[in-house]
Amino acid sequence: MGEPLLTVENLKKHFPIESGIFGRAAGHIKAVDGVSFTVHEGETLGLVGESGCGKSTTGRMILRLIEPTDGRIVFAGKEMTKLPKRELREIRKDIQMIFQDPFASLNPRHTVERIIEEPMIVHKLGGKKERKRRVKELLEVVGLDSYHAKRYPHQFSGGQRQRIGIARALAVNPKLIIADEPVSALDVSVQSQVLNLLSDLQEQFSLTFLFIAHDLSVVHHFSDRVGVMYLGQIVELAASDQLYDDPKHPYTQALLSAVPVPDPDSEKEKMILSGDVPSPADPPKGCVFHNRCPMAMDKCKAVKPKLAAIDDGRLAACHLYH
Amino acid sequence: MSKPVLDVQGLKTYFFTDDGKVPAVDGVDFYVKEGEILGVVGESGCGKSVTSLSIMGLLPSPPGKIIGGHIYYKDDDITYASEAKMRKIRGNEIAMIFQEPMTSLNPVFTIGSQMIEAIRIHKKYSKKQAAERAVEWLKLVGLPRAESLMDNYPHQLSGGMRQRVMIAMAMSCDPKVLIADEPTTALDVTIQAQIIELMLKLNRETKTAIMMITHDLGVVAQMCHRIVVMYAGKIVEEGFIRDIFKNPKHPYTQGLIRSVPDMRNRKERLYSIKGSVPKPGTIKTGCLFAPRCEYVTRRCTEEEPHLIKDHDNKHSVRCWLYQEQ
Repeated sequence: MGEPLLTVENLKKHFPIESGIFGRAAGHIKAVDGVSFTVHEGETLGLVGESGCGKSTTGRMILRLIEPTDGRIVFAGKEMTKLPKRELREIRKDIQMIFQDPFASLNPRHTVERIIEEPMIVHKLGGKKERKRRVKELLEVVGLDSYHAKRYPHQFSGGQRQRIGIARALAVNPKLIIADEPVSALDVSVQSQVLNLLSDLQEQFSLTFLFIAHDLSVVHHFSDRVGVMYLGQIVELAASDQLYDDPKHPYTQALLSAVPVPDPDSEKEKMILSGDVPSPADPPKGCVFHNRCPMAMDKCKAVKPKLAAIDDGRLAACHLYH
Repeated sequence: MSKPVLDVQGLKTYFFTDDGKVPAVDGVDFYVKEGEILGVVGESGCGKSVTSLSIMGLLPSPPGKIIGGHIYYKDDDITYASEAKMRKIRGNEIAMIFQEPMTSLNPVFTIGSQMIEAIRIHKKYSKKQAAERAVEWLKLVGLPRAESLMDNYPHQLSGGMRQRVMIAMAMSCDPKVLIADEPTTALDVTIQAQIIELMLKLNRETKTAIMMITHDLGVVAQMCHRIVVMYAGKIVEEGFIRDIFKNPKHPYTQGLIRSVPDMRNRKERLYSIKGSVPKPGTIKTGCLFAPRCEYVTRRCTEEEPHLIKDHDNKHSVRCWLYQEQ
């Protein structure tokens, strides 16, 4: 494993729930509630979880697209949370984002050239000629043709648009790419093309990825290590194969068993959870998962388990192992 | 098994737009029998949703129009049935649930009033009887506190609960066929598992035939008895679930199955089908999959293959590779 590139410590985001005409905060939605992890150079850390677990908010806070309520984000030795605007902009060059929706994340009025060029203009990289040349080069890198530069986003399919988004992210030679559900809007046959492209690029440009997705098979395929989130917290974090072969946290177990396997003969035992994810405005006391957990003990209702190393070295937040 | 409850023969649904006609569904044959779950698999634009709208008589017309083929419900040809007749069939005989339950429920009425309305349109029930039936079905689909739920509005429920309400509403009139168009796509995986369990249970207990439209091969493998694979408005392969997954014949089906990352067996690279799905009507001659196919021959680009059945009539494929069999 390389050097730590990104370290997140006890990151929190509490959105106020406003009520009344003065917008007084009546409570807080704890979207992210104490998340810590490290991403090493050259690796892919996957964040997986169901909707509302805080995985996207975590990704956005790292770029400070959403201001964190509390916690520390250290990127390449600099503490992002304390940086003034100007320096923040400088650092953002090294962190780029790929978004989920290739329709909403590209400006329909701009040509592909303009879209890919924009980050270079913002960061004042190269002259006009050089930028145009780089756009053509990037288009080829992501598997499009240089003559596509003069076209508009609506002339492309979903998979091609996602390639344009990837080219834009690569334009400023970033170190870290935060990919927020990069393939979930794509068809199965196109999804595998984009995933292969991302792993090629990772190798070619020694990129580091924070890969956020809800699709467990995709995360397993793409990530070296995986963190499982539930209600704003990481409940388990382990090497990808270790986590998928032998999940320890009951939530991870349930999540993995719920994935339908594309094999009619698979006799996987299903662990079907009852009920829904509780509201993040009023998370359960103690372990946030205790009210749906089949293994819940009295302790789980009272004491919140810490995310800490268990016997085999992985991190899990569960009283069963501590 | 018995006779088909729903039998679609040579269905052609075209859209007539300013840019010319678009063959969204172009000669599709399949059937569903009582108690059976048929999976209709394909990627966006393959015509799977247009097929279901054609069956339900819900096609936006214009621009959409059925220009050929037949849809039989039991022995009744409902292809061009009048709106009055379709209204009797919809809900009572063939019911449908959609991907996004929020858009199918009316936000300004309570769950109870919407369910009672649906039941009373289709069955000669008093308000009280209808309310009882609604509560009964809300309980059957596993919703907690069914009585108080009747007074709730759709926005007060979670996505999984709304989809359960939709299923309860669809099932409350005892349909013989349930068409489910990506019913679990908008749901989280643990909730999806709950809904799949529920649909399997209802299918076992009520013998309702289910036509399950989805792009998720995992869902199909866990739920369906038979599947049809659609590509660009045509069926490219049809067969029993085990045959298709163990021995996929069409290069497109093979490619689809191989492109999905498998959690049990991690590979360095995923298989991928080159190119993307063609817009309907852009390929004029030959096999529609030819431009993306690994095994393409000259014949494929010149002559369109027909569905070729295997010796026992169980597995058919639209591909020249299998013409000798």
